[in-house]
Amino acid sequence: MGKIYADVTSALEGVTFDGMMVMSGGFGLCGIPENLIAGLRDSGVKGLTVVSNNAGVDGFGLGQLLGTRQIAKMISSYVGENKEFERQYLAGELELEFNPQGTLAERIRAGGAGIPAFFTATGVGTLVAEGKEVREFDGRKYVMETGLVADLSIIKAWKADERGNLVFRKTARNFNPMMATAGKVTIVEVEEIVPVGSIDPDQIHTPGVYVDRLIQTVSEKRIEQRTVRQREA
Amino acid sequence: MARTREQLAERAAKELQDGFYVNLGIGIPTLVANYIPQGMTVTLQSENGMLGMGPFPYEGEEDPDLINAGKQTITEIPESSYFSSADSFAMIRGGHINLSILGAMEVAENGDIANWMIPGKLVKGMGGAMDLVAGVKRVVVVMEHANKHGQSKVLKSCSLPLTGTGVVSRIITDLATFDVKPDGGGLELIELAEGVTLDEVAAKTEATYSVAAGLQ
Repeated sequence: MGKIYADVTSALEGVTFDGMMVMSGGFGLCGIPENLIAGLRDSGVKGLTVVSNNAGVDGFGLGQLLGTRQIAKMISSYVGENKEFERQYLAGELELEFNPQGTLAERIRAGGAGIPAFFTATGVGTLVAEGKEVREFDGRKYVMETGLVADLSIIKAWKADERGNLVFRKTARNFNPMMATAGKVTIVEVEEIVPVGSIDPDQIHTPGVYVDRLIQTVSEKRIEQRTVRQREA
Repeated sequence: MARTREQLAERAAKELQDGFYVNLGIGIPTLVANYIPQGMTVTLQSENGMLGMGPFPYEGEEDPDLINAGKQTITEIPESSYFSSADSFAMIRGGHINLSILGAMEVAENGDIANWMIPGKLVKGMGGAMDLVAGVKRVVVVMEHANKHGQSKVLKSCSLPLTGTGVVSRIITDLATFDVKPDGGGLELIELAEGVTLDEVAAKTEATYSVAAGLQ
């Protein structure tokens, strides 16, 4: 069975339903599946729980799904760049679960690896640990966190072969590899699909076993904080 | 004279040691990178998935796939490596990073730190701060001594929601430097900024502290 789909609409067909949990890769606007996010917006699916480190910016990335009120809950570590998010949250229209960034990454990794829970020192003695089991190992306290599995993971990679073997580029890798493992269905958008055999097997970051559907897209790739230095005269 | 932001960064850079792997927080801590001594090898970690952070790119060479944890465009250097967020925090949580220099809203005399949330007001989130303070071997806070209302940020105990408990080893402010002594030993004033007096620090600090020999 082929994994390659013609476009975003056909790739998302039959996998979305109201109230579902979606993991969306990326850090800030870097390495986000921007075409698949727009596809979710156009599909009209609502009541989403979205697991993503950030919430996009107003009008771009996950900000698009916030603008249309398709998101009911976010599980994130930092949402400071999105005014609409802050407004909806403070108005009680949006549920928010903050996870420390490393805990979020590990919850996703664990979910994809079949590990239901783990203990971490991160967050012990803070709001994050409230209501969770705390246990002592070798004299130090650790809090129990659970693994996360999503109904759908949407992923951005740089390159894929026709069997879904993925290569990421620079810091656009971030949350994408773990999320690819933790979706019951994983859909990946890439800048280039190449024939099987043209990627050195030693250079593959995510093996194709985790990838269900694949589309080639053109990304806008917005820069959130353009910072430069002066050339020396 | 209180230390300026640049002088704070320069002072914080004295915490670096040759061979260190270091994570710098957003704000003044980021400026520490400008004061790494010549000839010293320090590798900067960016928790979004990079070791060996280079400087900002020249105009026209920005790459949207290459940013730091503050979402700023950066560059790679010959020793750079990239990895996932899970690997990045395994590195942090597993104690493989030598030093974290970060800002704070409040620090308490027992090493508690609050730097992520003001209830009812600020809902940005903790990002990687809780993982960093819990996992990195040594945590140094760099901050203004007082908030914008003139109240001490070095406290007996934090009033804001905590980022971590008993995790800070040293506090560098625009007025002074304090060590948090291990095993509940409390705060010790170890250094005054140039031109700052013991009386001034005493007047502007809510926390109790001892004064190191030689400063009295």
